[in-house]
Amino acid sequence: MSKKINLTINGFPVEIETGKTILEAAEKQGIKIPTLCYHKDLCVAGNCRVCVVEVAGQKRLSAACATPCEEGMEILTNSLKVRNSRKHIIELLLTEHNADCTKCYRNGNCELQTLASEYKIMTQDFIELVPLKKYSIDAYSPSIMKDDSKCIRCQRCVRTCAELQGVNALTVAHKGDEMKITTFFEKHMRDVVCTNCGQCVNHCPTGALVEKNYIEEVWEAIADPKKHVVVQTAPAVRVGLGEELGLQAGSRVTGQMVAALKRLGFDSVLDTDFTADLTIMEEGTELLTRLKKALVDKDDSVELPMATSCSPGWIKYIEHMYPEHLGNLSTCKSPQQMFGALVKTYYAKARNLEPDSIVSVSIMPCTAKKFEAFRPEMYDSGYRDVDYVLTTRELAILIKQAGLDFDKLQPVKFDRLMGESSGAAVIFGATGGVMEAALRTAYEIVTGREVPFENLNITPVRGMEGIREATIKIEDPVEDWAFLDGVELKCAVAHGLINAKTVMDEVKSGKADYHFIEFMACPGGCLGGGGQPIPTNPEIRQKRAEAIYAEDGALSIRKSHENPEVLKLYKDFLKKPLGEVSHHLLHTKYTKRERY
Amino acid sequence: MANSHQLKRVDFIFRNENDWERVLSNTIKKKPQELINELISSELKGRGGAGFPTGLKWKLTSEAPDGQKYVICNADEGEPGTFKDREILSKVPYKVLTAMAVCGYVAGANQGYIYLRGEYKFLKPELEKAIDEFEYYCKEINLDFKITIFMGSGAYICGEETALMESMEGKRGEPRNKPPFPSQAGYLGKPTVINNVETLVHTFTIFKYGSKKFYDLGVQYSRGTKLFSVSGDTPKPGIYELELGMSLQDFVYEFGDGDTKAVQVGGASGFLVPRKKFKDAAIGFKGKLTGISLPTGGSMMLFNSSRSMFNVLDNYLEFFREESCGQCTPCRVGCQQLLLGIKAVKRGDKPASYLEKLLRLTETMQYTAKCGLGQSVANSFSSIVENFREEMIY
Repeated sequence: MSKKINLTINGFPVEIETGKTILEAAEKQGIKIPTLCYHKDLCVAGNCRVCVVEVAGQKRLSAACATPCEEGMEILTNSLKVRNSRKHIIELLLTEHNADCTKCYRNGNCELQTLASEYKIMTQDFIELVPLKKYSIDAYSPSIMKDDSKCIRCQRCVRTCAELQGVNALTVAHKGDEMKITTFFEKHMRDVVCTNCGQCVNHCPTGALVEKNYIEEVWEAIADPKKHVVVQTAPAVRVGLGEELGLQAGSRVTGQMVAALKRLGFDSVLDTDFTADLTIMEEGTELLTRLKKALVDKDDSVELPMATSCSPGWIKYIEHMYPEHLGNLSTCKSPQQMFGALVKTYYAKARNLEPDSIVSVSIMPCTAKKFEAFRPEMYDSGYRDVDYVLTTRELAILIKQAGLDFDKLQPVKFDRLMGESSGAAVIFGATGGVMEAALRTAYEIVTGREVPFENLNITPVRGMEGIREATIKIEDPVEDWAFLDGVELKCAVAHGLINAKTVMDEVKSGKADYHFIEFMACPGGCLGGGGQPIPTNPEIRQKRAEAIYAEDGALSIRKSHENPEVLKLYKDFLKKPLGEVSHHLLHTKYTKRERY
Repeated sequence: MANSHQLKRVDFIFRNENDWERVLSNTIKKKPQELINELISSELKGRGGAGFPTGLKWKLTSEAPDGQKYVICNADEGEPGTFKDREILSKVPYKVLTAMAVCGYVAGANQGYIYLRGEYKFLKPELEKAIDEFEYYCKEINLDFKITIFMGSGAYICGEETALMESMEGKRGEPRNKPPFPSQAGYLGKPTVINNVETLVHTFTIFKYGSKKFYDLGVQYSRGTKLFSVSGDTPKPGIYELELGMSLQDFVYEFGDGDTKAVQVGGASGFLVPRKKFKDAAIGFKGKLTGISLPTGGSMMLFNSSRSMFNVLDNYLEFFREESCGQCTPCRVGCQQLLLGIKAVKRGDKPASYLEKLLRLTETMQYTAKCGLGQSVANSFSSIVENFREEMIY
């Protein structure tokens, strides 16, 4: 029990635990204090100063986000002094900010704009600083655009990149009027150690960091009668999209999303879940093969632990930071890229289409996927496997532009051939999901029995803790896998690159004795991806996770190896996991990248 | 002025320091509590500018839970017009080192740092020699205390105590949120005493002669002596140790060139006092007319009638615009607006009434800026604009 203290806010008594800030105390009272640099994911910076409040007896105002409550404090959150100061600060920010709102990608979802609107900043008495600054736009990355003229220097992106991701691609440079957020040696974002995870985009209060959007390109493809436009949707999109369209966080909108995509004019609306299941088949087999080589053949060259490879942010991270461990990565492509490679081969053949007439679009909770689709390795179909990657947010824009009343759409099922999903595939969207899906399949292949968890829910790998571990003992395996009898399969799950770093440092030092590790670049996994609705914070991630697991529970097929379309794919096309065709289309290699 | 009295030159600070070994060994024979009481009864206040009671500072850190603690000597002397710490460190370094060791003894710290202004690199070799000798003596008397020099890199903001610590930790020099204060969580998150160079030397004086000798000098609220860095339109620029509480009038009689128009007290972040207010302005921590304490380390800049107050303010604002760390909105953008604003008024692009808007802006900066830098820009701005409004416009 922590001690309680008493104070008043605007004259009303408040009781609160020690250690809470004024901002938290006010929130408890239902009083919203405006903030800009504050974000629940991040450490307190206290640099924008819009949250200032008056504490009786003090001449200076206090930043509510950074000031702990004290016994007997009398706080005013809306005194004239506070209002005038706050207004000044907003006005000052606007002089430095390119407030050409109608031409801004974040128009309508910008924290500065909202604040300016609330405080009715109608005139600009101070001197416009924007024309005096040499602001630049960095549009060279395939994933992220950085426009310094929109930056309010709150450093949320900097803290995100450092604290959540441990990447430090973005940093503060210079001082005074020249202070800016930039990269190592002010290079373009595509030329520095940036994983394209887009967490900076998700945490940016304004339009300074946005995804590179491909909305017009997709509309053009849809309008082209000669093109057959196929769309795939990632698991996490269906639990995030609703937020962008006015629904509560955690709304499951799979059916409406499919209906909307059909109405937008996509020729075929398919599911990345299908290749998520396929990933499990390939990756699970790969893991078992590695284990066999290590345990039976005593092959020292086998690299264990095996690490998942679904998250392109994680892939670029390991390529930069731990290139000596690229051999630990599963050679499986991500579900998006497996899908892309199959669309222009398997799907084209089955539907009797010319591959070059197919435009392959994917909807992802992710900005790194945009970069991934550009990788030179991703042309295995003979064409570019995935043509355009849109984020969850971009899909919402398409839906709004098309004037669809999303909430009223009747749920529709995905089209067939590459549209079937198991529950195991859906949980790819949550941290620990790939691990859980893999275990459901691998355990069953090895033992012939279902995983020994109630209702197939492998709860030890679920949750939001940054690093989680689980051990599953294999007992009484089937004949082919007899060598695994008694083996304790050691698994770990890490999400957020800062946690990936901790695990990789252990792997590097040889301390980690895991067999299999799931890495996700973003906190919470894909459901907290850089391409997901803004805001994303711990509570919202939790709600999306609950939605993901509910989606899994509601599906009749819960295991990847029972997905009938996947079985058909092997029968008709791939023949077997890790087979010749798989090797060509579904697996890839990685590139060592520089650290500077 | 009751508090005001004749200018009195004193010589404590630069007085012979040959007895530092004796002072050190005698002082640490006393109990820490005794020494804290001695400091508290001397009423010594920090000489870096903010004027926080030194005894209380040491007390707070000594009361922090045991464990690693630090003593830092802030030698990042960067306020325009201040050059006293350089003189102290080159003339009486052993006094500073002794005071640091005593502080370490009182607070429970065995590691001291001198954060030396980047531009004072030339002091480093001599200072290191002194530290070597000093540490050797500490070993002889079984006092566990080490001193390390940390070089600053030239940013004004790093003189702010928490920005200084960030900088020492290898991070960008940006002020932290307070609380927590350094006495609870300072360098590397450990309880830390951070004192200005001059403050430390005064503690040496107090420990050597007793608090009464110090207390008897100066006036109420402003006890003891202070080093002043005198510059500008004066026939005798230099460093002078004076008793606190003098009136500015007396000061100008002594140091002026007969044509003194105004004196900037406390550097760019201090106040400008015009001639007509000299006799009412007392130099000390509760100067009646300026209404506010002497803000920094004793920079006194004299301006005669040939000087344009617009240019003076323009110069200060340019300094602040560049030296703001840039993290907080009111300081970063406020400084730019003030500078461009007075230029616009001067050019006639903005009406004279725009000055009032700018004055209100400085008020906001004072209320909301994260650290002393942004908060004190209002001092020079308002005192110059209010007293020399005409020069701002025409």
